[in-house]
Amino acid sequence: MNTVTLANDSMTFPSSGTTTTSSVNKTDVDIHSVVEELKRAKQAVGKPFLDNPKFKTRDVNVYYNQTKQAIFNASLDIGRNEVIAMIGPSGCGKSTYLRCLNRMNDTIPGTKVTGDLLLDGEDIYAKDQDPVLLRARVGMVFQKPNPFPKSIYDNVAYGPRLHGLAVNRSELDDIVEQSLTKAGLFNEVKDRLNSPGTGLSGGQQQRLCIARAIAVSPEVILMDEPTSALDPIATATIEELIDELRSSFTICIVTHSMQQAARISQRTAYFHLGYVVEVNDTNTVFTNPGHRLTENYITGRFG
Amino acid sequence: MSNATAIVKAGLTKRYARERRFRLFGLVSIVISLSFLAALLITIFAQGLPALRQTYIQLPVNLDPALLAVNASDSPELLQKAKYAKAIEAALIERFPGVTDRKQKMALIRGLLSKSADNELKSQVLANPKLIGSQQNFWFLANDDIDTYIKGNIDRSLPEADRRIKDFQLAWLDDLEAKGQIEKRFNTVFFTSGDSREPEQAGVLGALMGSFYTMFVTLALSFPLAVAAAIYLEEFAPKNNPLVDFIEVNINNLAAVPSIVFGLLGLAVFIQFFGVPRSTPLVGGLVLSLQTLPIIIIAARAALKAVPPSIRQAAYGMGASRMQTVFHHTLPLAMPGILTGTILGMAHALGETAPLLMVGMVAFIMSVPEGITDPATILPVQIYLWSDSPERAFVEKTSAAIIVLLFFLILMNLLAVLLRKKFERRW
Amino acid sequence: MNTLPLLLVLLVLALFSFFLGRKRSLAVSKGNRGNYRAPNKLHSLPSYYGYSAMIYAVLPALIVLLLWSAISPVLIAKNVAASLPAEIHNAGATQVELTMNRVESMAHAGKIDPTADPIQQAAAQHYLSLAKNSQNIKTALVLLIALGGLYLGWKMISPQFRARNQVENVVKGLMILAASVAIVTTLGIILSVLFESIRFFQVVPVSEFLFGTHWSPQTAIRADQTGGSGSFGAVPLFAGTLLISVIALAIAVPLGLMAAIYLSEYAQPKVRAIAKPTLEILAGIPTVVYGFFAALTVAPFIRQLGEAIGLSVASESALAAGLVMGIMLIPFMSSLSDDVINAVPQSLRDGSYGMGATRSETIKQVIIPAALPGIVGAFLLAASRAIGETMVVVMAAGLSANLTANPLEAVTTVTVQIVTLLTGDQEFDSPKTLAAFALGLTLFVLTLILNIIALRIVRKYREQYD
Repeated sequence: MNTVTLANDSMTFPSSGTTTTSSVNKTDVDIHSVVEELKRAKQAVGKPFLDNPKFKTRDVNVYYNQTKQAIFNASLDIGRNEVIAMIGPSGCGKSTYLRCLNRMNDTIPGTKVTGDLLLDGEDIYAKDQDPVLLRARVGMVFQKPNPFPKSIYDNVAYGPRLHGLAVNRSELDDIVEQSLTKAGLFNEVKDRLNSPGTGLSGGQQQRLCIARAIAVSPEVILMDEPTSALDPIATATIEELIDELRSSFTICIVTHSMQQAARISQRTAYFHLGYVVEVNDTNTVFTNPGHRLTENYITGRFG
Repeated sequence: MSNATAIVKAGLTKRYARERRFRLFGLVSIVISLSFLAALLITIFAQGLPALRQTYIQLPVNLDPALLAVNASDSPELLQKAKYAKAIEAALIERFPGVTDRKQKMALIRGLLSKSADNELKSQVLANPKLIGSQQNFWFLANDDIDTYIKGNIDRSLPEADRRIKDFQLAWLDDLEAKGQIEKRFNTVFFTSGDSREPEQAGVLGALMGSFYTMFVTLALSFPLAVAAAIYLEEFAPKNNPLVDFIEVNINNLAAVPSIVFGLLGLAVFIQFFGVPRSTPLVGGLVLSLQTLPIIIIAARAALKAVPPSIRQAAYGMGASRMQTVFHHTLPLAMPGILTGTILGMAHALGETAPLLMVGMVAFIMSVPEGITDPATILPVQIYLWSDSPERAFVEKTSAAIIVLLFFLILMNLLAVLLRKKFERRW
Repeated sequence: MNTLPLLLVLLVLALFSFFLGRKRSLAVSKGNRGNYRAPNKLHSLPSYYGYSAMIYAVLPALIVLLLWSAISPVLIAKNVAASLPAEIHNAGATQVELTMNRVESMAHAGKIDPTADPIQQAAAQHYLSLAKNSQNIKTALVLLIALGGLYLGWKMISPQFRARNQVENVVKGLMILAASVAIVTTLGIILSVLFESIRFFQVVPVSEFLFGTHWSPQTAIRADQTGGSGSFGAVPLFAGTLLISVIALAIAVPLGLMAAIYLSEYAQPKVRAIAKPTLEILAGIPTVVYGFFAALTVAPFIRQLGEAIGLSVASESALAAGLVMGIMLIPFMSSLSDDVINAVPQSLRDGSYGMGATRSETIKQVIIPAALPGIVGAFLLAASRAIGETMVVVMAAGLSANLTANPLEAVTTVTVQIVTLLTGDQEFDSPKTLAAFALGLTLFVLTLILNIIALRIVRKYREQYD
């Protein structure tokens, strides 16, 4: 996949003209009836569940400050070595759901998570589950590139050093080089590994953060709108990178851009008002959505 | 489980131990800091609270006209000059008739009652001259050593040579106690008189009034200047102007200059050059206002900055001039914040000591000042002076004066907190 | 008239001019207040004309009054000093100053002591007559200028006169003056310590002051006594200041920093809400209270503790003073560090936690390195505080200048010596008092450098994350 495909992306999902507008009725605007409808549906439309998934999540509820509920009964599976995209309007809970998968919500005081979240059959929120170990297995890339104010080398070496993954300096050098190579950044920075990571361009910084995440060889990488702060060219580079990384990692990506979801993911989950509305193959979601709300969203009626 | 996961797992115990150690270190830091605070406050209060009570001794005094050398019908001028000390001396000898040794007699006359006893008697007699010729029971302030003993600060079990109170004095005190002629009362002297060389007669009123006048001068000078400067810098000053930048650097730096340097400035400029009288609240206030100025300016600027630009734009839109906008809208809205900053700055100034030592406020002054040009001392300096005094009884006076100072500081801080709570605004 | 009544007269005149000006403005506009198109419509609101008249009447008079009051005593003193007989001048500058001190004190008291030296009596008489003349001229001049100003201000008033603009410009000018007080203060500090220091360095060479290792400023009372000059090698003072400051910082920096870290990264919101203000109480306690605590509680405690384990501890040990100063600086260090740590963006913490770092690893390897410039700034400000702190050391540290690195011995500091040299009565000219200003200059320069570096670092750091 490369930048040229940008122009042809609109082919992969229906334009608003090809769908029947009759399915949009007035009640869509009425938020209460929509919530009622979502509440009644016990399960997301499509194929939310898989055999032998990487993540298995059932009836996940997330509360902020005890009172405000952000996610309602989310149930879906994430497969091995797939790219799953989470889409939906702002505030729909997709980022919150993502941050449950490596317990990043723990760092926000007053957050409560209920339900089952299993990684390879292991309960993520079990008492004896260690968030440090979990996060070493489930890495994360954030919306805004956040390299540490250290050198490029030290940024990538941060994780391996923390976890003691390298026995000596040359092993560490290898890990850093491999990670940077995998992140497609090595050739650009190999002459200035000791200059600060904050001096790179936005796109380079984000790839540095990806290199930093893969340096600890995680099993899963979570990406929270990784390209929303980048220009189209840097975005395309990152998208290519994600496609390459799929062979070695499971990747969950939250994105605001439907085109991006369509380009890079195999499966797509649509979130709405804290509910998982529909999960299916990306192609199906974009060409033949199973739920009225999904269709409204991808045809641009709201969101 | 992958290879990397196994490695991570292996290192976890060690890492969590380090985590716990670090966290414990943080907690210990807090606990240590707070226990320092507790130790300080407990020491001061334990030492200072007894000073609220003072020992008094009852003595039957025969107001014999022959002894006093006056009659009840004499004019007040004559009554002023009557020999009250003689009457007290006679009363003491009569009360303890067994004392014959010269040294013990001296201790009885000089060391049992405060030196002010004759003055106390004088004022009683002046208030009611008819007392002359009769035998009356008077309560007199006890000497500081007696007071120290009564408050339990002198150990009876020590050998006599190591005690300030000797065995024969103890016998007197036991006798007085047995007859109910010695008691502790609320210490009014402490709150109604100025400094004294005698601990039992020393009070904080002089220092308190000195502090009051000094704070008055400080506030009167620094508040208008600081507010004017803050308004200029925040609302009018051109940005990126070297002069304005220089002013800002100066203000920030002055806020961090050691206070004693301001004292040197006061000594050289105000006293030596301009001839402002030494030891007065005026010169003290001048020095403190220079020192407080940057603190208030910084607070006032923050308060002005917190007023949202939309308010100013609304006023400009109505055709108000910049000056009118400031005085009609920005300044009134920023006032609570400015006042809070001012109170905190004044609280800081109230506790300041070092620069005032430089301008002569360290002098021993008995009278209570009545204006900004009377020689005066201030509360913190009074604390410094008393803490330097050798008498054991001054320790509790010092602590009590600290309690008074802390009381005013707490009051000012509470006021600031209340002001902030009441007028706090979220834009 | 004295200055105070004169000020009252000016106040009354100010009120009068305000009403006069306002009235005149209404008169010249013939009551055309609301009509915008009227030819004689006032440019500004009537009260601005009042303020304008007030400014014309009072401002120049006030300036003259203040200048005259500030300068005339100096000029009179100079004149009287010059008129003193030649034999006093021949006896040297000290003698002149001494005589002038007595003359001035007599003149200020308002009555001349008939038992005093006749030369001094005559001089005081001269002083008083000059002062009286000056007073009279001042009164006449000030009133004349005030009335003249009022007339001018009154004449200026016309519908076209831009009263508001003018009043606003004057107010703005006054504000600029107020803002400039900061510069004047700094200048005053520099000049006052510099002048006296230069006089000091004429007697004692700079090199001896800065590098000499013997400090005993006690000058002999009579010049013919041996050791009459005292010695002014300030190295022991610098060393003592350094020793006490190092002890204080060794306590305040780790405790303050760790307290700030615990409160901002670990503590529950409820604990933080209580512990933080409680810690700040430490900052609000006056230094003299710390001094008392150090001298009366901590120093004897350390001494007893030392004796219990067989160490001889001076009763005014550097350790006691340093320890208490350290306690005093904890809240200063912690509140500065707290600001700095909170300025580190959350995204960096997220990045580190997302890698599987523990809290302490995140703090040690990401937050502290990111906040380091700010922490260094806080450290420098705390160091500047420690060096300039006076009361704690005056009350708890010693007076004798020992050159030692042993914290159990008594040392003295720069600030202690300034206080000792300048409290009590002494002549202003002896090297002893001048030495205090030289020490003050050293202190000012040192803290100025520390402050400027620290403030610059902190400012740069803030901009980085804004």
